[in-house]
Formats: sequence, structure tokens, C-alpha cells
Amino acid sequence: MEQSALGRGGDSPVVGSGNNGQECHPFSLANQEGTLTARGGVRDGSCYKGFRGVGFQNDYLCLLCGKICLEFPPNLENLNAMMETRSFADAEINRCLTAEEKIQFLRQMFRIRRFEQTSLKAYNAGKMGGFLHLYTGQESVAVATISLLGPNDHVITAYRDHGHALVCGMEMGECMAEFFGKATGCSKGKGGSMHLFAPDKRYWGGHGIVAGQTPLGLGIAYALKYKGIRGCCLCYLGDGAVNQGVFHESLNLASLMSLPVIYIIENNGYSMGTSLARSSAFKQMLAQRAEGYNIPWDHANGENIYEMRAKTHAAIERAHEESRPTVLEIATYRYYGHSVADANARKYRTPEEIEHYKTYHDPLRLWQKRLVDEGLLTEEQAAAIDHEARAEAEAASRFADESPFPTEADIFADVYSEVDHPVGEGPHGTHFFN
Amino acid sequence: MPLITYRKALNDALAEELLRDENVVLLGEEVAEYNGAYKVTEGLWARFGSKRVVDTPISEAGFVGMAVGASMLGLRPVVELMFWSFSFVTFDQIINNAGCVRYMSGGQIACPIVIRGPANGGTNVGATHSHTPENFLANTPGLKVVCPATAYDAKGLMKAAIRDNDPVMFMENTLLYGEQWEVPEEEYLIPIGVADVKRAGTDISLIAHGRAVLTCLKAAEILQAQHGIHAEVVDLRSIRPLDEETLLASVRKTHRAVLVEENKPFCGVDAQIASLIQEKAFDELDAPIQRISALDAPAIYSPPLEKIQLPTPDRVVQKALSIC
Repeated sequence: MEQSALGRGGDSPVVGSGNNGQECHPFSLANQEGTLTARGGVRDGSCYKGFRGVGFQNDYLCLLCGKICLEFPPNLENLNAMMETRSFADAEINRCLTAEEKIQFLRQMFRIRRFEQTSLKAYNAGKMGGFLHLYTGQESVAVATISLLGPNDHVITAYRDHGHALVCGMEMGECMAEFFGKATGCSKGKGGSMHLFAPDKRYWGGHGIVAGQTPLGLGIAYALKYKGIRGCCLCYLGDGAVNQGVFHESLNLASLMSLPVIYIIENNGYSMGTSLARSSAFKQMLAQRAEGYNIPWDHANGENIYEMRAKTHAAIERAHEESRPTVLEIATYRYYGHSVADANARKYRTPEEIEHYKTYHDPLRLWQKRLVDEGLLTEEQAAAIDHEARAEAEAASRFADESPFPTEADIFADVYSEVDHPVGEGPHGTHFFN
Repeated sequence: MPLITYRKALNDALAEELLRDENVVLLGEEVAEYNGAYKVTEGLWARFGSKRVVDTPISEAGFVGMAVGASMLGLRPVVELMFWSFSFVTFDQIINNAGCVRYMSGGQIACPIVIRGPANGGTNVGATHSHTPENFLANTPGLKVVCPATAYDAKGLMKAAIRDNDPVMFMENTLLYGEQWEVPEEEYLIPIGVADVKRAGTDISLIAHGRAVLTCLKAAEILQAQHGIHAEVVDLRSIRPLDEETLLASVRKTHRAVLVEENKPFCGVDAQIASLIQEKAFDELDAPIQRISALDAPAIYSPPLEKIQLPTPDRVVQKALSIC
């Protein structure tokens, strides 16, 4: 693969010229004659990480301070590692992809995006209550990682769960109806947007408490191992969850008990309104905390589906073959606030930062361009896929709108198994009180 | 019928269920190689091996959550908390995950887990190790809570709890582990949600759960021997679900009720029971409902004072006499 003058991975799609004017590039990185060199200046002494796009694109947006320029990294060796040029497209797991499979990734991303845009419209129209944690900007992560799962592999995630649910095979209609609190929702209107479940599709939610799902994913892996099933559990969490104690307890148990769980940290740079710089003492690499628990870890660029697939595949192999856990951190970005109710979404980061990501790092557009470049798709065909996704989302919205609400009697169903499914003499005692 | 200890009754129940169902697995701190901090799991690791009886590090949030996740896939974990006082570090896993996952998934996911361990004061271990959180847990729809007072009940309820498809919080008592009761050799189960009249009487109902039942039984003897009052002792056994019928039937018979628990009074289980009785049997009452709880301060360490802090037979007698 080629190594561009700015350290781009050869399989990394590039949008636009990447040249936004010198003022946006206080330094740049160059690989000339095989030697990595760097030049530039320190702009903000508080920055260190911010290498989102390193080895990928020739401008840098610091996830810590939100500026589109940053200090030169103090550790060139680390930078070298991050700029490691590997052709993820050439990885076996990606070479075997058919054109239709690649197009399906695009279709899935369009489906998530249009579903969420439609849900946002409905939210703003007062069709649903509570929170709505949009995944927009992060779609590639769920699409790439879940694309590798086999029949004994499972998924569990936190409250930003719409994308994972759709990729796992849930219908837009049942998800939208759940948002609307309707009886036709996947959880009969009892869970809401944060709590989507489809255990028949090995999708275990949808959990509202930050990091609360991390030991549950561990338990799913535990049960698989206990039953002698060759499978694994992908357990997703955000960058804010890494500072919860139960995540660390889970890492220790995962390694100690040698369980096939893969923790995928979707690092979008913000735990609600608190940037990584203000929330994590060790900012360089969240996944590196795994070293403290003797767990292999890796880092992937959330814009690069090939890279995520290659690294997730390695983790799944480790889980299947060795029953060992992995922590995989994926750099990504959310365009909307923590939730739609996050009134300060444009205050704790600059509008320019958000626009920059939309313009240069949009995973959907990047993948579409990639497929066009590979000759697998025309722009017109991509537009048709988009159109289908919009139509599907609109239909889901209509379905949700027209569906009935649960009845008052439904409040007391699905609390106790014994009450719902009485056997023998039936349930004993009073289960509900006033 | 052989006499066995409360501890042995639990141990037998666990062993029988481990034998019966290969999805049953015991997890917790020191449950395996150490044989259990209170020896409830003694001998089970040697008998069933490391797959079925599993030591965990001191990570209550981690291993309780792990057991909840494993139960979602069909295992039936029985998780020991060395003390129920330690449940506070894993409350999110118990309340939000075990307690809510069935509901929030619209009934798609079951959580057949048992969390067990001692929940009692009276052992001079200070406030942090003396909590009785049955009221906190019974406050969560989706959870079941049982507090057996005897070896017979402990065994039958444990077997029922392990076979239950919902999460059961099983509260034992270190002061009872060494006490003996008659327990039949043949298999039996006690349905969760069924109270037990431990002593029949006609003049007053003493309603209790856990070790307070034994306090009431002693009080009932005193009331009869010294005052000619025939007290009925109702053991709730299960807090949620609650056997309303049995306790209301007792009140309808005696027309007087003293509610006794080792928990603190404010928002205690007996607050719910008192509300229930006044609502459903108000006309049957010949006197105000009385309550006896632990004296309303954190569990004191000082041994002689801690004995006073928990309900005593004498306090029950005095309270009963005040309304008879």
C-alpha cells in the first residue's frame, strides 16, 4: 500500500483535498523516503492526544481541546506506532468481502442515519419522551464490528444503542415504536430508547447506566464458556464509562477467569459535556488501561471500516480460540449532543469542530467514496440506497405513530415471570402493592 | 426427623440443586477453596469442582453483574455476598439490572439468579457489617426477597429460590447458622410468598420475619406463662411476594397486632405491613397496631448496648401488654 506524504493509510479514504489552509496546519507530518519526520509548533500545551486522523489525513483535530491544531506529540515512538502503515483492506477478513457485503455496510449506515434523523424529527414533534441519544457520526463502528459476528456471538451496549440494534437485525418499526412508547415496540413500550432488546438476535440491550452493562457482557461470555459454546460477547461502552469502577472490576474478572468478552470503547471524545481531557487522568489511550489487567488491547480509527474489521476480527479470534478478552478502543465522533436534551452540545465544543468532522470525517460519506473509488457503486446507486433508507425510516415512523399505546393493565405484566406464566397452584402471595 | 443446623440446611439445599441442575453455579468470595466465610458452602467445591463452585475476587459489583449477565443466558447462579451489607457496592447491578431487565425487555429476558448471604446485626461488627436491607430490596418490583427464620424454612426456600425464574434476594442470619431445627430427609420445597404460623394463638398476633420470629416465639411463651395471653406468631418468611392472607387472617382472629423486625423503623417492612392491616382489616382491630424495630441509630458496636438495640423478647412482651 502507498504511504502518502502525510502518512495516510493506503486503505484510508480521503475526503476533499485535506488542505484547508496553512493556518489549520501548524504542523504536518511527512514520510519522505521512508523516514517519518515532523515539523510544527506547540499550540496548546494541554493537548497531547488529538491524533485522530494521524496516518489518515493531513489535518488534526484535538479531541481534548477541540482545536484543529495541536502540539507536537512528545513521544515520537508512540506516534510512529499510531502511524503504522498497514493495509487493512488487504487483511484476509476484508479481502473475502463481496461487493454486495461492502454495499450492505453502506446500506446499514444509511439506515441508522435516516432512522435517527426521522426519530429526531419525531422527538422534536413531541412524539416521544425522555432522552434520545443519537449515534449519528458513529455508525461505522457498529456496522464494522457487528459485521463479523457469527451465530454464537453476542452484543450488549449502553444507551446509545440505536445503531447496534438495527445492525443486529432489529426492525426500524419495532425500535421506533419503542421510542414512541407503543405496545408494538420491541419492549412493548416499557424500555424506551435506551433499553432496546432482542435476545432472539443475541442483542442484549440497551442499558441506561454508564458502564452498568460491562459486567453483564462479562456474564454472557461467562455463560458461553460455561456451556462450552465457542462464541464471544461484544460489549460496547463509551469513553465516559472507563472511569466507572465496575468496568475495572469487569476487566479484572475477564482476565482472571479468561472469558471471551471484547470491550469496545467507542471514544467520541466527550462523556456528556466533559471532554476526555477533563475526565481521564491517562488520556493517551483509554484502552491501554487493559495492560493493568493483562488484557491485549488495540486502537482503531472509527472512520476506517477495514481497520475496525481487521482488529475486531483479531479480538474475536482471540476470544474463540483462546477464550481471552480484548479491549479495543475506536476513535469516533458524535455530531449531536450527549442526548437531544443536551442543550450545551455546541458549548463544550466549537461549532467548527463539529462541522470539521461532518466535512472531513463522516464515516458514511467516506465509505461511500471508497466504494465508488473501488468501482463497486455509482453515486446514483448510493443515492438510491439512501432513498430506500429514508423511506424505511418514514414507514417506521408511521407504524409507530399508528400503533396503540400499552394498556394500564400492561403496567403489571413482565415484572414477575411467575405472575405472567402461572404454573400449578399459580403464584403465591401478593406481588404488587399500593 | 433429624436435627440439623440452619447452615447445614442451606448447604444441603445448594448441594441438592447443584446435583439436580447443571446450570446451577455457586459464585462468591471464599465460597470454594476456603469453604465459605461462614461455612455455608463447606465441602461443595471438593464435591462439585471449580466449574460449579467458583471463588471470586472482592468485586461485588463485578461478579454480581457477571452473574446477572450469565443468568440472562440461562445459567442459575447462586451468588454469595459475605454480608448483605456489601450489597450496597453492587446496588446498580441488583436494582437496575437484575430488577429491571425483565420489565425493560418487555418480558423477553429472564434473570433467574439468587443472591444470598447473612443480613443481621447482633454480632458486634459495627454499623457497616450489620445492615438488614430487605426493605430496600423489597421496594423494587421485579425482585423477590425472602428471610427464613429456621433451618427447615431456609432449605425449602433456597431450593425454591434456585428454581425461581426471577431474581431472589435470600437473607440469612449469622446468629442462626449454628442453631438446629428438625428438617426432613426427603426432598421438599417451600413456595416463595407463603407465610407460616409458627405458633397458634387467639389473643394477639406477633408478626415478624427472620430472627425476629424467634424473638416473638420467646415472647409468646412469656406472655402465656406469666400473663395468660395466647399470642399467635406469624412468620412472613417471604417479604415480596407477601402472604397477605395469612397475616390478615391472624389479625382477624386476634384483633391485635405487634409487628417486629430487626430492621430500622423508618420505611421498614413493617411500615408496609401496618399500612396493609389498617387498610384491609381496620374494623377488626381492637387496638392500634404496634411496631418494634431496631432502635433507630446505626448499629452500635458496644456488645451490651447492641443487645438492647435489637428487639428483645421483653420489649415484645411489654408492647403486647400495652394493647392487651
